[in-house]
Amino acid sequence: MSRLYLDANASEPLRPAARAAMLAALDVAGNPSSVHAEGRMARKLLEEARGTVARHLQGRAQDVVFTSGATEANALALHALGRNRRVLVGATEHPAILQAVPEAPRLPVAMDGRLDLAALDAMLGAGPPSLVCLMAANNETGVLHPLMEAAGLCRRHGALLHVDAVQVLGRVAMDWAAIGADSIAISAHKIGGPKGVGALLVKPGADVAPLWRGGGQERGRRGGTEALPAIAGFAAALDDLNLEAARKLGALRDAIEQGAGAATAGRGAPRLPNTACLMLPGLKAETQVIALDLMGIAVSAGAACSSGKVAASATLQAMGLGEAAACAIRVSLPWNAPADAAEGFLAAYSQLHARLRR
Amino acid sequence: MRILVAMSGGVDSSVVAGLLKEQGHEVIGATLQLYDHGAAVQKKGACCAGQDIHDARNVADRLGIPHYVLDRESRFRDAVIEDFAASYARGETPIPCVRCNQTVKFQDLVMLAHDLGADALATGHYARRVEGSDGAELRRAADLTRDQSYFLFATTAEQLAFTRFPLGDYRTKAEVRAEAVRLGLAVAEKPDSQDICFVPEGRYHELVGRLRPEAGEPGVIEHADGRVLGTHHGIGRYTVGQGRGLGSASRDGETPLYVTGLDASRRRVIVAPRSGLADTEVLVGEVNWLIPPPEAPLACQVKLRAREMPQPATAFWDAEAAMLRVVLGEPAIAAPGQGCVLYDGDRVLGGGFIRRPQRVVDSAGRAA
Repeated sequence: MSRLYLDANASEPLRPAARAAMLAALDVAGNPSSVHAEGRMARKLLEEARGTVARHLQGRAQDVVFTSGATEANALALHALGRNRRVLVGATEHPAILQAVPEAPRLPVAMDGRLDLAALDAMLGAGPPSLVCLMAANNETGVLHPLMEAAGLCRRHGALLHVDAVQVLGRVAMDWAAIGADSIAISAHKIGGPKGVGALLVKPGADVAPLWRGGGQERGRRGGTEALPAIAGFAAALDDLNLEAARKLGALRDAIEQGAGAATAGRGAPRLPNTACLMLPGLKAETQVIALDLMGIAVSAGAACSSGKVAASATLQAMGLGEAAACAIRVSLPWNAPADAAEGFLAAYSQLHARLRR
Repeated sequence: MRILVAMSGGVDSSVVAGLLKEQGHEVIGATLQLYDHGAAVQKKGACCAGQDIHDARNVADRLGIPHYVLDRESRFRDAVIEDFAASYARGETPIPCVRCNQTVKFQDLVMLAHDLGADALATGHYARRVEGSDGAELRRAADLTRDQSYFLFATTAEQLAFTRFPLGDYRTKAEVRAEAVRLGLAVAEKPDSQDICFVPEGRYHELVGRLRPEAGEPGVIEHADGRVLGTHHGIGRYTVGQGRGLGSASRDGETPLYVTGLDASRRRVIVAPRSGLADTEVLVGEVNWLIPPPEAPLACQVKLRAREMPQPATAFWDAEAAMLRVVLGEPAIAAPGQGCVLYDGDRVLGGGFIRRPQRVVDSAGRAA
């Protein structure tokens, strides 16, 4: 059975350029911290990759810290920037943030999933100096927060802003320089790079205390020998990104939404071009995901838990979608989605409809 | 056939999945996430999924079948754990495994199986499902020491028709373990599960006290003749027939005493000598019939608890009141909340939950 992979927001298929770069880097024997020629070779690869990350986020290479992924990058930002500050998080943030600071007050979102700017303004005005954590694009709905406006409010109130840019990277153009976030977290495997590497970009001069002691790598901000092959693949994936191709996925996404005959979460808001969150009240998300999987189609519901269980979407609950939150699946088109992805998906999805009518 | 297999991560259901796959069926594995394992073992930072879920997934990988973990925490909490605590608070002795089978397993998984276009649901229960002249019959397992038909009495005829118990004909657990070895399953040597799954340490009265504080409130231990013999730390710690944990009330002179009744409203534990323990008649509610409900008195055998052989009895079904009255051939201990399951030889005819006899709380507030 040929399968149709429509779960890019969980992990993008590897880009051939990233694979090639990783294969080449696997043969670099040296440790980037070593003084000899082999070490220097490794160091060169590492610093080139660092420069690539910086270029894509419009920052400086020396302000990039490589991590094991976005969860660690987010944790590092909370650790480094959140010290002595009240942390405020968006209500629809990824569990990587929500579970890291479970007590943090949540910034409400509107019905369409976008941040409530008036509420942000009020909450920033009401309390002590804050660190605000916001995702640029939501992993489940693809909804884009009004980041520029939020950044302006943060500046006005003297708050720091950390942006989880995991899903937006490579899918929608962002003017990072204009937004001026204090830190940005990204992940390689969400853009077609390898799993196991991410990065945090901080502002020049930021004091980044490491999450653990031991090892002086990454300018003392993250101990442990850098995962060079993965980092090389990360950089290659970044250079392989194509915003025009990503934009074109929007036509496939629209075809899926129109053909599905289901309500779409966040439809009125600006969204990622590859993401559709379809709600089919009456049929549990879990059942839909399993049924589609058995029909050869990979989609997801909510954020994947390590146990593999399918839990009701906290994001959709925060959007006030109530019951429907338990009946929503996420279809997210990968960079290499086939031209007939919409037809393939809709053929299977219509069978779900048929079961519902039964 | 496409068959959904309920996989617990233990050896039994793992073998079921392996056997069905071997027979050429399209097997889909499903494991229920029923409670927060980390919270249950009270270990900070432990994952919500216990080792059993990982074991089930590894078995599925080994067999090359799709496998899904189903989040049933809230459903299990409402249908099983809350009921468990409420039952103790009422002075009863619950059987959570029946509630779980009744709701989370057979009701929900049968529905899921239908939704997934499966032709059957299979579980690792030790029971036999036999195709009779009037449809599927539930029978005791070939291995009577492992027979779980008692816990399956609430399975409806419709659910039973859809369900398969591939282990029902195995004569010993050793044979099942041998199958696991033959199928190359890493769980072959895994110990049998013990106790109640959501109370891993067996300290269930702590859980009951948390959910139903009234079940943990102290009260008196009273002899059936009205004498107060001692005090207790909550009726949730007692069950009818129990002789331990009574302190100074454990004996009346030389005569050992046993719990004969639990009066939740007055927080009284009633004790009496062994002779006052046995009932000759049992009242049964929430009855599920696996035969056409009998209009005449039905001579059969009954089990009033999991670990006993069926005993002769006569059942009187009152269709109007939806109550079953069972007259026992020999007096026996009947703990309210436990199951009363009717058998004809190996076959399960039906069953229900033992109700509290009215005599425990009479108008004088005194045990009769």
